[in-house]
Amino acid sequence: MKQQLESIQKEALKKLETITDIRELEDFRVAYLGKKGELTSILKGMGALPPEERPLIGQLANEVRNALEAGIAATRDRLIRAAREEKIRQETLDVTMPGRARKLGRKHPITIVLDEIKDIFLGMGYEIAEGPEVELDYYNFEALNIPKNHPARDTQDTFYITEEVLLRTHTSPVQIRYMKSHKPPIRIICPGRVYRSDTVDATHSPIFHQVEGLVVDRGITMGDLIGTLEVFAKGIFGEDTKIRLRPHHFNFTEPSAEVDVSCWGCGGTGCRICKGEGWVEILGAGMVHPNVLREGGVDPDVYSGFAFGLGIDRIAMGKFGIDDMRLLFENDIRFLRQF
Amino acid sequence: MKAPLNWLKDFVDINVGIKEYVNAMTMSGSKVEGVEDMGEGIEKVVVGKILEMEPHPNADRLKVCKVDAGSEVVQVVTGAPNVRTGDLIPLALVGAKLPGGEIKASRLRGVESYGMMCSMEELNLTRDYLPDAPEDGVYVFAEDIKLGADIREALHLDKVIEFEITSNRPDCLSIYGLARESSVALGVPLKKPEIRVKEEGSGNAGDYVSIEIENPELCPRYSARIVTDIKVGPSPYWMQHRLAAAGMRPINNIVDITNYVMLELGQPMHAFDFSCITGSKIIVRTAREGEVIKTLDGQERKLDTNMLVIADAERPVGVAGVMGGENSEITDNTKVLLLESANFNGASIRVTSKKLGIRSEASLRFEKGLDPELTVKALDRCAELIELLGAGRVVRGIVDCNMTKKRQDTIKLDVDRINALLGTDLPAEKMIAIFRALEFEVDPDTMLMKIPSFRSDIENIADLSEEVARFYDYNNIKPSLLSGKESMRGKRSYKQRMEDAIRNTMCACGMNEAYTFSFTSPKVFDNINLPQDHPLRRTVVISNPLGEDYSIMRTTTLPDMLRVLAINYSRKVETARLFELSYVYHPVDGKELPDQKSVLTLGMYGEGCDFYELKGVVEELMAAMGIADYEFKPEKEDPSFHPGRTASLIIGTPDSKSQKAGVLGEVHPEVAEKTECPERTYAAMFDVSLLIDASTLARKFKPLPKFPAVPRDIAVVVRDEVYVADLIKAISKAAGDILEDVSLFDVYKGSQVPEGMKSTAFALTFRSPDRTLKDEEVNKAMERILKSLEHQFGARLR
Ligand SMILES: [Zn+2]
Repeated sequence: MKQQLESIQKEALKKLETITDIRELEDFRVAYLGKKGELTSILKGMGALPPEERPLIGQLANEVRNALEAGIAATRDRLIRAAREEKIRQETLDVTMPGRARKLGRKHPITIVLDEIKDIFLGMGYEIAEGPEVELDYYNFEALNIPKNHPARDTQDTFYITEEVLLRTHTSPVQIRYMKSHKPPIRIICPGRVYRSDTVDATHSPIFHQVEGLVVDRGITMGDLIGTLEVFAKGIFGEDTKIRLRPHHFNFTEPSAEVDVSCWGCGGTGCRICKGEGWVEILGAGMVHPNVLREGGVDPDVYSGFAFGLGIDRIAMGKFGIDDMRLLFENDIRFLRQF
Repeated sequence: MKAPLNWLKDFVDINVGIKEYVNAMTMSGSKVEGVEDMGEGIEKVVVGKILEMEPHPNADRLKVCKVDAGSEVVQVVTGAPNVRTGDLIPLALVGAKLPGGEIKASRLRGVESYGMMCSMEELNLTRDYLPDAPEDGVYVFAEDIKLGADIREALHLDKVIEFEITSNRPDCLSIYGLARESSVALGVPLKKPEIRVKEEGSGNAGDYVSIEIENPELCPRYSARIVTDIKVGPSPYWMQHRLAAAGMRPINNIVDITNYVMLELGQPMHAFDFSCITGSKIIVRTAREGEVIKTLDGQERKLDTNMLVIADAERPVGVAGVMGGENSEITDNTKVLLLESANFNGASIRVTSKKLGIRSEASLRFEKGLDPELTVKALDRCAELIELLGAGRVVRGIVDCNMTKKRQDTIKLDVDRINALLGTDLPAEKMIAIFRALEFEVDPDTMLMKIPSFRSDIENIADLSEEVARFYDYNNIKPSLLSGKESMRGKRSYKQRMEDAIRNTMCACGMNEAYTFSFTSPKVFDNINLPQDHPLRRTVVISNPLGEDYSIMRTTTLPDMLRVLAINYSRKVETARLFELSYVYHPVDGKELPDQKSVLTLGMYGEGCDFYELKGVVEELMAAMGIADYEFKPEKEDPSFHPGRTASLIIGTPDSKSQKAGVLGEVHPEVAEKTECPERTYAAMFDVSLLIDASTLARKFKPLPKFPAVPRDIAVVVRDEVYVADLIKAISKAAGDILEDVSLFDVYKGSQVPEGMKSTAFALTFRSPDRTLKDEEVNKAMERILKSLEHQFGARLR
């Protein structure tokens, strides 16, 4: 009987190695360990043994059973692993095939640039102010130190509704409206749509977008203006960007400046974008004119301030390399989805 | 303002390279727009004299010339028909460079030629520059010029610098003014010319003419000189060339001299034929009712009573500061002239020139407000040039009617305030040096400064700060960042946060953002089927639009959205989903400014686009804005939309408090056709302020369910016209608290459902927050629901 058990174990373990699927393994288990299994029936025949042999054979039988059970478990592991590997092999994908996109919509490039600008100034403690697009001549010109029949009006071809009502030519009227309703310290940007009587072409549009900035407080200096514009320019065009101020004239600021940034196309060595200059003009700025502060109800002997204004459309065109302004208002889906 | 470099050099030594000069000027506020080098690409071209000329042995139309080039005599073959022996001509020697190429020795039909005689075109010049150049042929000098001289000098080919002059600096609309700026920018002295007039004419100017100013507020000063024995003829080359280089066409010596003085000093001048001045009297007055004048350009001009004219005893002889009259124009027969040099009110000149549609070099200067001290100086310079050119005899004296009001002419140099405004620490000496260079008289004890008369733009400490800053160089100011100022919190307003939420939600729903123009054509209302009396047809009208298509401020965004969709459709873009967050402008009675309302516009066509897709986007938007209290109602009245496929968005219940916040649906087939949109086009418009009023950022956590849900389905057959929304409302009401959710999962029409009926199937979820529901409870609820549906809608269980 001992021999019989040993040969069963040997034979069974050998057989296990040949098993290739889980059902076969179950048959095997039943064949050896099931109620009518080989091992079971041997154990059933143990009663015929002499009593002194029983414990010995019993122990041996248990060892064989344990060995078989361990073998079965190991084989099951082997089969499961093999099956999983086979499944993995079969369901391998061509990961280079195109993805199935959930098509998100896109923000307009002007919104994208404006959001960047807002983030920069919100981080510096500014609020966002707004004002009407159909505006009084008073806010658009007169309060900004540009009286009627002043030649400075020539530089801003204006759409009029009536003699006193016009489409604002810049976002600067918001300066006055805000100063009249808020006391210093003031730190605002005013984004918005502006209008000038330019015919549509690749570089001109009668409607475009500006952001105005205004800071009024005690002891605001031109150095503060320059520092602020540096932060802005680096934020929009990158850390290596430099700015350059050239004296200019605006009626509502004094001193006034036109501000250039080092060219984003060439970094300053000269290219097509900057027409070889190395600099690109992006905004106008200056210290708020005393007359303008006074018009806003702010005492110029106590407070000073700076203001700046920039065209968002131009910056978006520069940033994204858009070469025709008309594309911004045409809204071809194939254009919009590039941003 | 175009300034020839050598003209500037009359008044200031510019001893730096052109690049350095341009930079110094730009960085001190006289922005250089460009530099044109007229002699660029011209080398080894000299003044030659034709000594001999013989016919070419082998060609009828060619001539063989011996030309004296100063240092040598060369043989040149030419085909020019106009040259003769003795002519002085531009001669390009062998090795010369011209814009058209290099000159080489050559053989022309067997005869050697060692150079080329040049035409105006070959020298890259225009007729404005060489008015006496022949139509066809070589340029022949009319003046005697040194043989062998470089053509660039002989023809005064200069570097011309174009400056952008801002409206506050009319003094820089002159060579002398720019020279003054140059002297400060370069730190070299300004050469102030001494003007000398001999006054050899007979008598005194005052004996010839008297001047009367009727409107001193419009004409504070009028000065005049008389010149007799006028000889009208061409002005010398140097003057013609300078005028042409500066952009003015040479005409004759008298006109050229007045233009020359205007360009040099910035004071426009005018010359009248004195024999045409009736009554020996100049009266500066406003035009009389109905007066007309023919101006120098030959046009008859109707004058109005606000326009200032120069008149003699009887009639206007010129529109003040704008253009002279034909009736007193200088002609070849003019013997005596009256030179006008006056100062006019800028705004008045501007209005007149705009009304008459004449923008002249004179009016452009006058309208910016000129220095009244300039009139006499300019007259003297004019007189000096007339004498220099031998164009006439200047009569002694100036008739000067000066009614100039005294203006602020001193200002304190407050060094501390200037430093405080700029954020600098500049010493007083440095500032004083800048102002002295700018011709301010500074008293270092009191720090009071006398403002020069030509700087009427200087009024306050800010103006002084700019003068200091621009010569210190803005870029030398140390950047700072509001240091020491109270720190402030940057923030978006609630409205701005909601607008961001709208944009983000739209993008998340696959909608792409559009930007369209805010003005449009009044014709668009017809395209969207608005009746003639529709309130949206009342618009804000632009009085000077770019054209009818851009002539009104829009009151609806629908036409623009449809136009954008149509553009995409015409370009074969298969699917378009768009949104725009923008404004419309409604006129308000009794108010100057219109009501500017924010509108959200949606538009879509193509794959996957239908009413429910559009509605789904709107539902997501409501969720994102925290708006729970809203419903969609069928909208059959909007003329732009399909009456069976359109809904209104109603915000707020009960009905008495509810407001219509917008409309969404399929565009009316007729509108789609008229706007060239696809047949199935969907659009929506919402009043953003109503949405924002109803919105909230507050969100409250509800615990996750602890007890199991009991799902049940129910399908009922109802009449076609029963709205699903009403069925859902009835189900919710009948089910009571334990109904967690009800959603429609099928609508079926067809076999087994009678004609005119539909089967609607709902998935219901029952759940209690505090216990496991018993089947019995749910069954009871289902019975209530069915009963309610039967009762209200005649629904039958399917
Ligand atoms: Zn560049």
